[in-house]
Parts: sequence; structure tokens; C-alpha cells
Amino acid sequence: MSSGEKKEYWRWQESCWIDESKDWRAAKIVTAGIDVGSVSSQAVVCVDGELYGFNSMRTGNNSPDSATNALAGVLEKSGMKLEDITYVIGTGYGRVNVPFAHKAITEIACHARGANYMGGNKIRTILDMGGQDCKAIHCDEKGKVTNFLMNDKCAAGTGRGMEVIADLMQIPIAELGPRSFDVDEEPQAVSSTCVVFAKSEALGLLKAGYSKNKVIAAYCQAMAERVVSLIERIGVENDFFITGGIAKNVGVVKRIEKLLGTTAAETKYDSQIAGALGAALFGHTLMLKQGASATKAA
Amino acid sequence: MIANYGYKDGSGEYYISIDTDKCTSCSAGRACLTACPKEMFEIITDDYDDEVAAVKQSFRRSLAFDCSDCKPAGGYTSLPCSTACTPGAIKHSW
Amino acid sequence: MITAGIDMGSRTVKVVFLEELKVDGAPQLKWGVKGKHIMFPEDLDADLAADKAFEDALKGAGITRDQVKNVVATGAGRKQVKFATSDVTEVGAGARGAVFMCPTAKTVVDVGAEEGRGVKANAEGKVVDFAGNEKCAAGAGAFAESMSRALQLSLKEFGEASLRSDKTIPMNAQCTVFAESEVVSLIHSSTPKEDIAKAVLDAVASRVCAMVRRVGIEDEVILIGGMVHNPGFVQSLKGALGVDKVLLPEMPEYISALGAALIAAENNKA
Repeated sequence: MSSGEKKEYWRWQESCWIDESKDWRAAKIVTAGIDVGSVSSQAVVCVDGELYGFNSMRTGNNSPDSATNALAGVLEKSGMKLEDITYVIGTGYGRVNVPFAHKAITEIACHARGANYMGGNKIRTILDMGGQDCKAIHCDEKGKVTNFLMNDKCAAGTGRGMEVIADLMQIPIAELGPRSFDVDEEPQAVSSTCVVFAKSEALGLLKAGYSKNKVIAAYCQAMAERVVSLIERIGVENDFFITGGIAKNVGVVKRIEKLLGTTAAETKYDSQIAGALGAALFGHTLMLKQGASATKAA
Repeated sequence: MIANYGYKDGSGEYYISIDTDKCTSCSAGRACLTACPKEMFEIITDDYDDEVAAVKQSFRRSLAFDCSDCKPAGGYTSLPCSTACTPGAIKHSW
Repeated sequence: MITAGIDMGSRTVKVVFLEELKVDGAPQLKWGVKGKHIMFPEDLDADLAADKAFEDALKGAGITRDQVKNVVATGAGRKQVKFATSDVTEVGAGARGAVFMCPTAKTVVDVGAEEGRGVKANAEGKVVDFAGNEKCAAGAGAFAESMSRALQLSLKEFGEASLRSDKTIPMNAQCTVFAESEVVSLIHSSTPKEDIAKAVLDAVASRVCAMVRRVGIEDEVILIGGMVHNPGFVQSLKGALGVDKVLLPEMPEYISALGAALIAAENNKA
């Protein structure tokens, strides 16, 4: 590494996908959901209430641009224009700053709705581990929220907390999960909750002769224990689903599953799109209602 | 819906939970709004179009500090907010 | 008679020796500081560090181990001091030491690197009540330390810079980790360093103040712990507490070790 150049260990993979088997031109209702988070932004386009395409990227310096860029990814790939989309809903931390949105809905409701689609209607407990917050949500069979909590005060249990350890260990964030299992024995969790103190504790462990992988394992375990304590406030049910960036960290996910004694529902889609997907689905329902009332009126 | 506002950090868990089902048809005349000396509550229209009480955003990350005046160390007997909320929708976790 | 207090902090080991002073006709025993020593253990194990610090302190004070009647340990690593006769919590030791240095103090505000707390003490320096914010860096010196690094200032410069500002910028982030990004965006928006420093110290002070309020603010207030050296913080704390004056003890680093040595003296008497 040359001097002055800092490697970005925290950087995660951006992704863009469209369902080639669907033809948006033939659809009656096209809706979009834009989730502008503190760290990542996603755009999801739904055609007739089915997932059509998504784009997930890092949030830039301002929310309106991030929203525009996220959607632009899907538009480019599909040949769609903004005018082709009937209704847009903004969600996430920057939801009121989505310039072309018709409505804003909180990410809590959107994540529940998105998880209900991605994981099926049996899903009752949702854990969203975002870049700068952590949410535990309980919902009914329709994906309607019945109990929730969100923690955006403290970095422990968030993606930011994971980025800090990636930087400290100088290991790319995507490798943390697999590496955490490459240990001679499972260590005890890092005892400090606070990321600042956990960081000094991690350094202490390295000094005491722990391998990097073992320190990562101790940190992943601490993160798992922490989010499980949040889910327990909401009540755990067997069918649970993890959304957000940390769903991709197998080191945390497997440990959460072990603590809860159950496995998280799987999805073929990017776990980070749940919020935007929920928003697009809300848009679809809203259009259906409006359409229905319009027909009634006529 | 039970809405939990607050956080957990290294020092403990601090949540004010609001049972919005008890809140939509408030029989206490929204007494929480004035009961809280810091005016931490507000009425919002939630995502399911219900008018319910919520803890204002600016307080959600600092409840341990903001509520400290109503919670003298050594235990408190009654909190102004949960006392005023006769339907029993407001609860503190700590 | 000589007693010792040893404060095993997370980064430093501090030792204080107290000596009984002979004051003719005085009804109570008086104590004076015989010697003090501070060590940064770096890579040493806790028990080795405690031993070494104690030996060095003995040498510095010109006394031998046999002369020391009682050793009381305090601080996060107090259980690791094998040669200590007993140990006390940092809360108890801090209050005892603070009231010894400033006998008029009733409210002890202790802000160190990793913890901030408010303690109500009686005239003998015994703890009546306390409230702390353990295990979260937000209400402690670590928050200021981390932000001073983001601003590329030393802690001293950071505190002094804060004094030059009269702006009040509220910090939204409560967490040290998140606040770092907030500080970075303040830097990017060309906010003067002075104003950012003040915003950070005001934030720490307001959190510490909320804890002190839980025990009640009684005249006079004394500040102990590492933040005593930060004039900007002292200023912010005065504002947050709404008091004109905050007592600052001499040799602030040694207050807990001193308190432990005083408790050692009492234990010996009893």
C-alpha cells in the first residue's frame, strides 16, 4: 500500500438487478420504493405488486442525489423512465428528501412489509441491522407492525460497529463472517457493549495473543448477543427474518441463530432491499385502493 | 401496535413504550402532551393512518438523560407521563 | 504511621503515601501526603505493573515496604493488586479524596476517560448517593478524546480552543462513533474548530450534568478525574450545572489513590 492511500476495509459490494423474465411495459401498475439510509440507499421497482428490479449503493453526501442515483440504476438497466412509474414512496432516514416521492413511510413499516414478501407471510419477527441503526420488529401475517423498537442511538449492533472492527483488523468487511469461524475454539464475547470500549478490548485481546480471526469471532458473538437482547424485548417467534447489511455477515447471523435456537428464513434477494421493497409494495396497495375507489366513483 | 422509543447502550436499556391501540381512542384527552415537563410527547399520524402519541425524535436518543429529572436516584414513585395516561399506554423500561 | 493507596486505572497506575502528622493538642489525627507516583504500565501485566509502580513509589518517597501499614487498592484493576490489604470502589475512593482536598465540597463530579459520574458526599467524604454512566463512552472523556483526534488537536489544544468559542452548536449524535462522522461533516462545512470543540465539550457536560442532577446539585461542586485538565470542559460544565464555580483539586490524577490511602488509614485505626 502506498503512503497516503487508505484502504477501505469497510467497503461492501453494491448491486443492481432486474428480473429479465418480466416485461414492465405490459404491467398495469409500476411502483417504486426508495430507501435512503444513513449508509446505503436502495431503489426497488415493483410491477403489479411483484419485485421487478433493485439497485443498492452507498449513500452519498446528500439524500436527494442518493435517491436519484439509486433509482437511475434500475431505470438504466430496464430502459424505464421516471414517468413510467405510477407512484413512488420514500423511506429510511432520508425519506423526506426523496425529490420525486409522492409519500413517505417510516422504514419500520416498510421493512416489515418487505420481509413479509421476501420471507413469506409466516414471518413474525424481523431483525434489521442497518448501517447506523438496529431494528427489531414483530408483525402479523399481512406484514403489519405489531411491536417494534429501533436503536439509532448507539453504534453497537449496527453496521457501523462492524465497519469499525473491519478497519481495526484491516480485513475487508465481507471476509469478517467466514473468518470468524476459522478459529481453534470459540472465544468468549467481547464484554464491552460500547464500540469505543470494545475496540480497546479487541486491541487488548490481540496483545494477549489472540489471532485476528479469534478477535473477530469474539466481536461477532458480542454483536449477536446484543441484537438478540433487542429481539427479546419484542418477543421471538420461530419464523424470523434478517434484513439489512449485516444479514450478509454469516459470522453474526449464525451466532444469532444459535442463541435463538432457530434459523432465519432465507431469501434469494439482496437482504438490504427489504425497506425499499416494502415501500414499493405499499405504493402498489395504495394504487389498487385508489383505482378501486376511482372505479367506484365512475 | 407497541411502539418502543429509546435505545439500549452500554449503560442500560431505556425505552418508553406506547401501546398505540390504547392510544388511538385516547380517553385522557391527550394528557401526556402537557404532563411531561419536557414536552417529549407529540401526536403523529402513523404509517397505518392512526393518530397516536409518540416520543419526539429529538428525545429518542437521550432518554436516560432527558427523563432523569423525573427519576431521582433511589427510585421514583410515579412518573408524570404514565400517571397522566389513564388508559395505561405509556410505560418506561427502566 | 504511613498508609498507601494504589489506583489501578485502565491506562495508569497511581500510588499515594499518607503520613500521620503530629499536631500537638489536636483532637483528631491529621494526615499529610508523604509521596506520590504515577506510572504508565504499557505492556506490563496488571500484577507486575502494580508491583513495579509500588516499588518505584517507595523509592521516590524514600521509605521501605515495612513502614507502610496498610495498602488499599482502587480503580478498575483493584482486584489484581495482590499486596493490597483491601480494596474500595473508585466511587468511594474518589469522593473520599475529593472531600479531603476540598472539605467544603458536597457534590463530586468525576469525569475520567471511560466513565462520568455524579456523587453526593457527606462531610466525611462518604458516598451518600451516586449516578454514573458506565460502559458507554458518550458521557466520558473518551468522547472528547476521540473528537479531538478527529479535529487533529491535542486534548489540551482542544480544551483551549473551546474557550475561544461563544457559539452553541447542538450535537445530534449521542454515540461517540456516530458523533465522529458528525464532526467530520462539521469540518467539511467549514465550521471553525473552536466551535466544534465547544459543541463536543458542551455535549459531554450536558450528559454528565444529567447524571449529577439525579443525585442533586449541592454547593460546592468539585470536579475530579482527567477532565480537570480541560479548561473548556470546566467552562461547559459550569454552564450545564448552572453554577458559578467548580472547585478543582490539586493533583487531580491522584484523588482516587489519595482516597484509598485515607481509607487505609481509617481501616488501620479501626
